[in-house]
Amino acid sequence: MDPRYEMVIGLEVHAQVNVKSKLFSASPTDFGAEPNTQANEIDMGMPGVLPVLNRDVVDAAIKLGLGIKARINRTSVFSRKNYFYPDLPKGYQISQFDLPIVEHGTLTIDLDDGSSRDIGVTRIHIEEDAGKSVHDFGDEKHSHVDLNRAGVPLVEIVSEPDMRTAEEAGAYMKKMRAIVRFIDVCDGNMEQGSMRCDANVSVRLKGVETLGTRCEIKNLNSIRNVMRAIDFEANRQIAIIEHGGEVEQQTRLWDAAKSETRAMRSKEDAHDYRYFPDPDLLPLKLTEERIEAAKAAMPELPDEMKERFIKEYTLSAYDASVLTLSRAGAHYFEALVDGKRDAKKCVNWMTVELFGALNKEGLDIHDSPISPDHLGELVDLIEDATISGKIAKTVFEEMWTSGKAPKTIVEEKGLVQITDSSMLEGIVDKLIEGNPENSELFRSGNDRILGWFVGQVMKETQGKANPQMVNEILRGRLRP
Amino acid sequence: MSELVKLGLKEASEKIKNKEISSVELTSALLERIDARNENINAYVEVVHDKALEMAEASDKRIKDGNARLMEGVPLGIKDLFCTAGVPTTACSNILKGFTPAYESTVTKNLWKTGAVMLGKTNLDQFAMGSSNETSAFGTVKNPWDEERTPGGSSGGSAAAVADYMCLGATGTDTGGSIRQPAAFSGIVGLKPTYGRCSRWGIVAFASSLDQAGPMARSVEDAALMFRGMSGYDPLDTTSADMPIESFDENLDDLSLKGLKIGLPKEYFVDGMDEDIKKVTYDAVARFKAEGAEIVEISLPHTKYAVPAYYIVAPAEAASNLARYDGMRYGQRVEGENLDDTYTKTRTAGFGDEVKRRIMIGNYTLSSGYYDAYYSKAQKVRALIADDFKKAFAKVDVILTPTAPTPAFKTGEKVSDPIQMYLNDIFTVATSLAGLPGISVPSGMVNGMPVGVQFIGKAFDEKHLLKVAFAHERMTGFKPLDVK
Repeated sequence: MDPRYEMVIGLEVHAQVNVKSKLFSASPTDFGAEPNTQANEIDMGMPGVLPVLNRDVVDAAIKLGLGIKARINRTSVFSRKNYFYPDLPKGYQISQFDLPIVEHGTLTIDLDDGSSRDIGVTRIHIEEDAGKSVHDFGDEKHSHVDLNRAGVPLVEIVSEPDMRTAEEAGAYMKKMRAIVRFIDVCDGNMEQGSMRCDANVSVRLKGVETLGTRCEIKNLNSIRNVMRAIDFEANRQIAIIEHGGEVEQQTRLWDAAKSETRAMRSKEDAHDYRYFPDPDLLPLKLTEERIEAAKAAMPELPDEMKERFIKEYTLSAYDASVLTLSRAGAHYFEALVDGKRDAKKCVNWMTVELFGALNKEGLDIHDSPISPDHLGELVDLIEDATISGKIAKTVFEEMWTSGKAPKTIVEEKGLVQITDSSMLEGIVDKLIEGNPENSELFRSGNDRILGWFVGQVMKETQGKANPQMVNEILRGRLRP
Repeated sequence: MSELVKLGLKEASEKIKNKEISSVELTSALLERIDARNENINAYVEVVHDKALEMAEASDKRIKDGNARLMEGVPLGIKDLFCTAGVPTTACSNILKGFTPAYESTVTKNLWKTGAVMLGKTNLDQFAMGSSNETSAFGTVKNPWDEERTPGGSSGGSAAAVADYMCLGATGTDTGGSIRQPAAFSGIVGLKPTYGRCSRWGIVAFASSLDQAGPMARSVEDAALMFRGMSGYDPLDTTSADMPIESFDENLDDLSLKGLKIGLPKEYFVDGMDEDIKKVTYDAVARFKAEGAEIVEISLPHTKYAVPAYYIVAPAEAASNLARYDGMRYGQRVEGENLDDTYTKTRTAGFGDEVKRRIMIGNYTLSSGYYDAYYSKAQKVRALIADDFKKAFAKVDVILTPTAPTPAFKTGEKVSDPIQMYLNDIFTVATSLAGLPGISVPSGMVNGMPVGVQFIGKAFDEKHLLKVAFAHERMTGFKPLDVK
């Protein structure tokens, strides 16, 4: 991106609240059911039906508000957002408009260099999802509508335009996902659509105070796509400005396959949603008791946990933020250290080997075939010199596929490290005897040839020789 | 005609319980009456002969088994705005023709739980929008007192069915006067309860913050019994009130009128009001005074803003409530060239002129740039009107007003002048905006047509309101329609 410019980014995140029933009806919210099997007369907008608010969603929104240190409004109001579309059965969406349940929050984002920044959260409101239109049935004249999703509870989280780079936007999404998962408000799964993001992007020359004209980008179904789309969009806008043009306020669609955004509608096409308070629902009033109860039920949050990890385990800010991206990851780490193991070694085994293997298979830490106990045992085996670090990697691979305990694997495969010095000395002596030229090279000062000797010993012992001992013996024999 | 059809609702209920008559006998008599009269009066849009008799038989069996409930075996008409499972429900609009709900409104469910029997669905102004039953897609209803005249609206079919002995009672709904005005025009009793008394679940919505179901019957006692059967808290309606159901029909005669403070709002008695209406109302006042009631002149200063505020709030809510009738999932659809064209054609063909007018008014007042000037301001006016009543009820026990500005007018007389039609609500809308209970009770005759007065009560004070109405009925000695 042209370094004279800066981006101004605001994000709107829709998170599906993981509760059993819909926001205003008793229909289930399970993902992937047969079309229209999870929609009752309320979800279908039949005549005379009425909405009844799901209390669990309200409690989830309160917790999320507390999680971003926001104000919880004691009174909030549900409004109708009116527009016609076949997947919107009532002809309006019930949402919160001028009085949302949560306002004025802060999300602290963690950047790759270990630094942190506070991003403002304007508001969080509760709303219902629309149904799904399906257009690809090979019939140009007709579309199909699936109302299973209609009425599914969402919280919309709107940030201030506080982000300046795509990396910051990515960090915001990661932290928001971590928080919704920690509080168990949403599963945070962007690919399945349970967490969605729209990005508002504008650009301006550095040092300019006023905001440029923004475009809203929709259809961002992964954090990576959020970042890619923002970068593309900023460059598109800069190119327009640099060619003497003006950016038009638009809603744009991200096309991940083509890696570009394209215009969906302009400001002139914007709907007049004719918002007004829904007369079917009374204003939502929250008691102090209810808010206190939510406070008491709050788990430790990522930022608190990160601070604790830095202090308690003397981890770097970066390691601590990686480990606290999910509650499951943080719990895994604490179970792995188990109050006795070296934290830094544990972090390395988790973030390099375990996360590497999980990513490769596209698995979540929940699905890890290696338990923290087993991984801990492996760390112990290295620590007490039963096996070498190199052998440990082989053992790890075996653990991953067989699920067996590392001790069992080491015993079954005879991988115990050779620390018997007389045995190692014998091997080394034989090697020196059989390779007088190389021995001479080392004696005359060629250090690199030592590696060759070590390699030969390892080959002889199938990698089980203690490498430090081999080194010492070699040096003792060749350069006494 | 069987004389059984002339029985009062409570009277019939007792006779059935005492096994003097059976529900099947009574139901059959009423079905015969409907078959004889409905083609002319057009009070019913759907008569459910088989279902009615089945329900009556079931009631008779319960009586036999000694399991009689509150209204066991009593046949009722149901305004076609209430969803009735398995029975077509149309709101008397073409857009819902052919629609049969799979669910039952809470009010009708409550009535069936008390043992009541359904005779059929009664005619109404389309989506309850109108004051003369002329906007119905099923044609107008004739006023049984004078067939050239309207029975009022929107609950015109229910009013005519009750007045003409085609049922013992009928459900109505009232948004701005739709129970009370037709009750007054048709010489019957109609109660609009406090907002929240009756669940709105399953009632096709017109204006959600105003809609309220209520009973229509030939006597205060009958209306009270029916009200007891239909009201009650409903967890399916967030706006329903968590109040106990009272025995509204009992001890109606134990009110002493001595010292009862009756308020007459001066804004309701103005120059230019119909002289006959004025006289009938003052006659009622005089009767109360003669029995020791204290008449107090009160002021409800924001009354003049009630009709304008109502005609902003109600159409706004209606415009949104009626958005669901898009031809996509149920009801009538007219296929167009594309999606927008299908919407347009469907709604053009499905809705009548008055409904379209209100949808347009409602969308206009809600639109960006007009919301504050109209909808938001109307809601503020509404709060002021509610406050007027609150202050008045610090001084009086009940308020007495005319129900409608004139007796029943002729069909066709006002149909082309919406403003004249809207002014029919002038005495009833303020009560609706304030959410208060109001009851219209026959109070006399003018040129052969019945005229009603309205009593307005404090919120949730229906029991007291019904006692006042009962005393009025006793003193008036009004004679219901005489039929041979």
